[in-house]
Amino acid sequence: METNTSFSWKEFVKAGLLGGAVAVLLSLVGMVAAFSGRYIVSGVFTMGQVLFIAPILLSTYAALRRNRQLTNSNLFMAGLLSGLVGSAILALLVLIGSMVNLRAMLINASPELYGILTFGRGTGLGIVILLGLGLLIGAAAAGFLLLPDRIRHALTQAIIWVLLIGLLRDLIVTVSFRWGPLSSIVRQLFAVSGLTIIGALILFLLVGGVSYWRWGRPKRDAAESFNQQRPAARWLTIGITGLILLFLPLILGTFFSEILDNVSMYILMGLGLNIVVGFAGLLDLGYVAFFAIGAYTIGILTSPELGIATMSWWEALPFALLASFLAGFVLGLPVLKMRGDYLAIVTLGFGEIVRLLVLSDWLRPWLGGSQGIQRIAQPSIGPLVLNTQQELYYLFLIGLGLVAFIAWRLKDSRLGRSWMALREDEDVAMAMGINHVSTKLLAFATGALFSGLAGAIFAAKLTSVYPHSMNFLVSINVLSLIIIGGMGSIPGVFIGALVLIAAPDLLREFAEFRYLVYGALLVVMMLTRPEGLWPEKRRQLELHEEEPAVVPAAD
Amino acid sequence: MTLLVAKNVTKRFGGLVALNKIDIEMKDNAIQSIIGPNGAGKTTFFNCVTGFYTPEEGDILLGEHNITGLSPDRVTQLGISRTYQNIRLFKNMTSVENILVGMHPHLKAGLIGGIFRGPLTRKEEAEALKEARRILNFVGLKGRGDMMAKNLPYGEQRRLEIGRALASKPKLLLLDEPTAGMNPSETHEMMNFIRHLRDELGVTILLIEHQMRVVMGISELISVLDFGEKIAEGTPVEIQNNPHVIEAYLGRGAASGLVQAAA
Repeated sequence: METNTSFSWKEFVKAGLLGGAVAVLLSLVGMVAAFSGRYIVSGVFTMGQVLFIAPILLSTYAALRRNRQLTNSNLFMAGLLSGLVGSAILALLVLIGSMVNLRAMLINASPELYGILTFGRGTGLGIVILLGLGLLIGAAAAGFLLLPDRIRHALTQAIIWVLLIGLLRDLIVTVSFRWGPLSSIVRQLFAVSGLTIIGALILFLLVGGVSYWRWGRPKRDAAESFNQQRPAARWLTIGITGLILLFLPLILGTFFSEILDNVSMYILMGLGLNIVVGFAGLLDLGYVAFFAIGAYTIGILTSPELGIATMSWWEALPFALLASFLAGFVLGLPVLKMRGDYLAIVTLGFGEIVRLLVLSDWLRPWLGGSQGIQRIAQPSIGPLVLNTQQELYYLFLIGLGLVAFIAWRLKDSRLGRSWMALREDEDVAMAMGINHVSTKLLAFATGALFSGLAGAIFAAKLTSVYPHSMNFLVSINVLSLIIIGGMGSIPGVFIGALVLIAAPDLLREFAEFRYLVYGALLVVMMLTRPEGLWPEKRRQLELHEEEPAVVPAAD
Repeated sequence: MTLLVAKNVTKRFGGLVALNKIDIEMKDNAIQSIIGPNGAGKTTFFNCVTGFYTPEEGDILLGEHNITGLSPDRVTQLGISRTYQNIRLFKNMTSVENILVGMHPHLKAGLIGGIFRGPLTRKEEAEALKEARRILNFVGLKGRGDMMAKNLPYGEQRRLEIGRALASKPKLLLLDEPTAGMNPSETHEMMNFIRHLRDELGVTILLIEHQMRVVMGISELISVLDFGEKIAEGTPVEIQNNPHVIEAYLGRGAASGLVQAAA
């Protein structure tokens, strides 16, 4: 490419402003301060610092990459400029903060924040350090761009893994304590917070080395390589995965098993909503209603409090499933003719109706009103009552196995194709002989059934149900995890739940900013990767081994 | 044998009469066309036949079935399928899947069959897949089966749409401007393909078409619509010399000029 010596300063000033603005935003919403106690590498740097450095670094890097044709010296100049502008904005925040009391309006603009931003060196020296850091960031971004691809890739991988492992320190250390010999190694790698310097170095070199070595080797995606294995090897993979899943609660311990249960519950709901939204394209914002119906049916039928019935959990389960399945039908009937936005609004209303009904005084004798229902029976197998988080996990696991199997089978069936055809073009689907009434109702009802199952297990998990657990936000959470994972993709539901449900639970600091991060993540995903983290893949149906593969011409 | 009889079909939208007492008859194994200026009511007629619209008056018979007012899925099950003026494939599904959806009325598996995938369902799916591949070859899309429909080039999308329509084993195939947006050689190819369809599969074909070369080249009978009225019907030669048709297309002045010139 032709080297261009002149470049527009404006673009890099803009990049710096953008990065700086994001850093200021993260500071002022309190994320920087909240994460400043969490070291990534103990004694070296914290997640808080990453949060105000990374935006400037990434924005500068992105701008530089768009202008790759610049000469090396110009690239460095541009990087320095962008980095300096970015850090100058942060410095400005510190400067204004030192003169004016911003806390009246921005409660997070605290001395503690300024302390973090100035590395505890006071306003004057701190600002100089901050600006210097900005120049360093700019130079690093430019230098990074000039590295050979292979090294850059290895470095990126190493940095990401160090950040990730550093953040997940609590999980890893707690789990390792249960394994005697392992814990002594782990203790060398992790400090009280984050990795030790040695641990970080080892991890960095290991990941960097491996990804350097793997560069250029043909990559196969997980599903494909799984399908190419010989049957024996395939069963081995399934067996090992099964064993890990079976012993997961024992490996993780009580606290993390609770998170695991939570994630499983959301996956269960996600798989159901994925049928409604992902497969059939019916945007349902009131999905929590079916969850509520499942949970409350169990409550009504098992709790001695209401005096309606005192079944065992297992006896009540079929009723709960039937009730949610039928509720899916009932909701489906009035909305058959609605599409898109209208459907979303009506289903949203349905979700609220169910929540208000269970909250109402009118139905209090049967549904417990705002007090909810307590003393719900827990499932038992023989003499064993499943009442700990670890035991209930197995219930979730069985439910998940069943539901995932059903979703996977339906996806490639005649019914699944009909759902997708309806999603793609309802009129044409009808012209193909698809009965849109029964097909849509089946989508609603199947989705509702899965959600009802999640609700039933949820009731057993808490032994109580309250109206406030049937919040609209549950529907939004489930919908978000489908979108993040990839609409219509079954593995995507698992990934989405791990990112959206497990991550905030694992990092306590995140919980406070959960919805902020959701929102930002959704916007970023929609802009950069609208198909989701693990996009749906259509099954290959035409080419078989006996037929020579014709590579379609790319045009 | 007559396959399709449309008698006295009238369709109104509010005050606008989109179709006014239209009579069209089709013989088994025929290739017929409907032509007319924009807004003449051609696609409205298709929509009435396929069950998207219910005509206010008149009857539509397919063989011995009265299909007036039936829902689109019922009409398809009885043996009519169609393509669309602006291609309407299931864009995010593969070519094979598009054709499999087209076979929907001939397959049986439901919710239970889909989940348990018993021997009957497996056999049905395997046969459907084989048939889908055969149709794919027939419309000349061999090797494109696993591509997303949206990624196919324009001409192939047209052919896939016809393949999808054929998958329901129709007696009557309605093609809405199958050569729209094609260059002369592609158009020529499509004409041959339509004839081939009729000769090989014995499907009766009703076309809406704007390109006169196509219409005159392959139709056995042409019906001309203008402002919802049928103004003429006949063989290509008759239609070419019909003053009403010339008037509808070129205006009154041009028509009288032509008639005078001919005289």
